[in-house]
Amino acid sequence: MAWTWFFRLGSPKWFYQMSLKWQPWLWFFAGSGLGIGLIWGLWIAPPDYYQGELQRIMYIHVPAAYLSMFVYVVMAVSGAIGIIWRMKMAYTVSMSCSPIGAAFTFLALITGSLWGKPTWGTYWVFDARLTAELVLLFLYFGHMALFNAISDLKSADKAAAILAIVGVVNIPIIHFSVEWWNSLHQPASLSKLEKPSIDSSMLWPLLIMIVSFKVFFVAVLLPFIRNHILWRDRDAQWVKQEVESK
Amino acid sequence: MFRVLLLREIRLMARRKSELVNPLMFFLIVAMLFPFGVSPEPTILAQLAPGVIWVCALLALMLSLDGFYRDDFDDGSLRQMVMSGVAPALIVLTKAVANWLFTALPLIIVSPLIGVMLNLHPSGIAAVALTLLLGTPAMCLIAAIGMSLTVGLRRGGILLALLVLPLYIPILIFGAMGVNAAAMGQSYSGQLLFLAAMSVFTVSLAPWAAGAALKVSLGE
Repeated sequence: MAWTWFFRLGSPKWFYQMSLKWQPWLWFFAGSGLGIGLIWGLWIAPPDYYQGELQRIMYIHVPAAYLSMFVYVVMAVSGAIGIIWRMKMAYTVSMSCSPIGAAFTFLALITGSLWGKPTWGTYWVFDARLTAELVLLFLYFGHMALFNAISDLKSADKAAAILAIVGVVNIPIIHFSVEWWNSLHQPASLSKLEKPSIDSSMLWPLLIMIVSFKVFFVAVLLPFIRNHILWRDRDAQWVKQEVESK
Repeated sequence: MFRVLLLREIRLMARRKSELVNPLMFFLIVAMLFPFGVSPEPTILAQLAPGVIWVCALLALMLSLDGFYRDDFDDGSLRQMVMSGVAPALIVLTKAVANWLFTALPLIIVSPLIGVMLNLHPSGIAAVALTLLLGTPAMCLIAAIGMSLTVGLRRGGILLALLVLPLYIPILIFGAMGVNAAAMGQSYSGQLLFLAAMSVFTVSLAPWAAGAALKVSLGE
């Protein structure tokens, strides 16, 4: 009994119908979270004593960079689940992650370079963290390109999942790059184990932004998954009925 | 089993001598383009040399990947090998070792010569060969993953570059950094150790990933 929810997740039809019910709630939480976080971060939180108002770009940059790695891990883990338990839905989730992850990575790179120009005096340097983040973007592109290049769906699923798992080595490199190398990029201000080196007046809006980015990710992921399900099961009876009823 | 497979690879390679020389020629010619394209000024060349040698070696290795599986895939022997019950990881490892022996090793031997021609500082010459020696195994094994993923595809070439080149970047960084440090008379053992660590890491894990990928590509 305890495992039935897990197997139900594996049914594309069940997932399709349930995710339609979750969707409005997810949009609601993501929207209100992002709204509160943005207003708090961009207007109410105090400006940095050194960088002034400029530092407010952190409330976008840090969640985007965090999500770029988080999405990759979700993509790789669901790919691994697909390979181990041969679940079609896991592959669907994995493939739906990569365009979103690429978008977050791109956002992190863009906000980072806009932040870097006034503070470091340059849009881009080839230092460890920036390069590793760029590699992450290419990994996302490679994942999508490999899936699209293989015509047999089963092989495409597995090959893309293997690539996603191999690319996981890049995640710790990004995370620890600021500690292993002398980098222009500052070390992390947030840590799970230690007291954060950031004042609570800035910490709270940042945490709210990170959580809302995560909810936003799930809210965007579900339509991607539904699209993928429809495309994948395009010959199934229920999909035909679903499309005709719209 | 490993020895049987490797002997087979060596015998096959030895009968395609012209294909062996191609990456080497490519390496030499591309490296020689830089003095024409950038500047024949010795001091400028000496500055560029570490990066140029490493990037050229990397591209020459990429070029040689075309022959990694192609003949065996075309005549069906690759499928036969996988179906015969030999661990796919072992097949991949043999292929990578053979690829290293016949393309990377000649590049390593010729690299000091290019270093001299590009006016690299004498203390950097040995470092070029050493960093390549420790870095190329990792590159061959990463390439093996990429090749195994794209083996059945008709237009795999560009895709292969997109999959493999990002993963080469750390190796390139440490390799060129090591040569640079050596050319300036500093110790470069840290970079060498890092390259060795990456090679050991890929030798122990990459064959499994590549083996799984090979099975997928062959539709097992």
